[in-house]
Amino acid sequence: MIGKTANVGIVIVSHSPLVARGIADMIRQMVGDCVPLAWSGGNAHGELGTDAGGILKAIEAAWSDAGVAVFVDLGGAETNSEMAIEMLGLPRSALVSICNAPLVEGAVIAAAEASGGASLAKVVATAEELSP
Amino acid sequence: MAVQAEPVLVAGLIEVCRATIAENSDHLCALDRAIGDGDHGTNMRRGCEAVSAEGESLSSLPFPDAMEKIGLTLVMNVGGAAGPLYGTLLMEIGRELRKSNEKPDFSQVLKQAIDAVARRGRAHAGDKTLLDVLYPVHAALASRSPLGAIARRAERSANRTADMKAMRGRAAYLGDRSIGHIDPGASSCALLTTAICRYLGEHRPQ
Repeated sequence: MIGKTANVGIVIVSHSPLVARGIADMIRQMVGDCVPLAWSGGNAHGELGTDAGGILKAIEAAWSDAGVAVFVDLGGAETNSEMAIEMLGLPRSALVSICNAPLVEGAVIAAAEASGGASLAKVVATAEELSP
Repeated sequence: MAVQAEPVLVAGLIEVCRATIAENSDHLCALDRAIGDGDHGTNMRRGCEAVSAEGESLSSLPFPDAMEKIGLTLVMNVGGAAGPLYGTLLMEIGRELRKSNEKPDFSQVLKQAIDAVARRGRAHAGDKTLLDVLYPVHAALASRSPLGAIARRAERSANRTADMKAMRGRAAYLGDRSIGHIDPGASSCALLTTAICRYLGEHRPQ
């Protein structure tokens, strides 16, 4: 990627570590490693749940100056992701978007879009087209 | 109500909140099993224990800093939606207190913090959430109700969430089936309010 703008990063957030990791595996197989990718699944104690601190680490791990698109499953995942983005602080927090899209399909199609060098707005819009 | 740094007060409040949640943890889980995923009591207990473990260092901080730190500790340890919601409440109380360092009006501070919780959860009064306890508690505080009356108002408000249909959180997936059950977040909020009012009544007669 030298000499090019970095691709948008993708973060998967699920209540289940297995779900989060599984989707990340699918993305790696389908789009390779040209997209910064990280996941956070379960609470801080490894049980089902979500963890703002873990999500914050995942966003930092998948950081790209082009921005990061976050995919979440149920309610608490979204609330904790918002909290994590806030903790990231400006200016970086302005470059992170939570997508209103189905977790698996949304994350995969967003990663495919991101791998082509699309902007954060385009990546998010493409994923959100999947929402009813 | 003037708010100052009072180490003993902070340490005492942390302890009564921890003890209340520990005593009622099973009950909160049972409420959550009816309309959520059944872990509200466990999550809250974990959060309160994490705060309690840092009790000594927290109580040596200025009051606004202690509130903010407790909020962050809850965010990091409670998990679920309750972590960011309770965390936002306390973090905002800390931030608002710091902004208004000269004789802050605690009722105003609490209102700002509750509004921040509403924004965080994108919820409103009547959605069957902890807001349905927080807003009445604020109203009681703003009208200078005695501590005992504030606590009773919190309990009544939590019980009233049984008649509401959940619009936010996991319970919202149940739609009409959520009616008839007390919201676990509203319940933990009322329990904590009651514990705090009782403690302040005993240790800080008005």
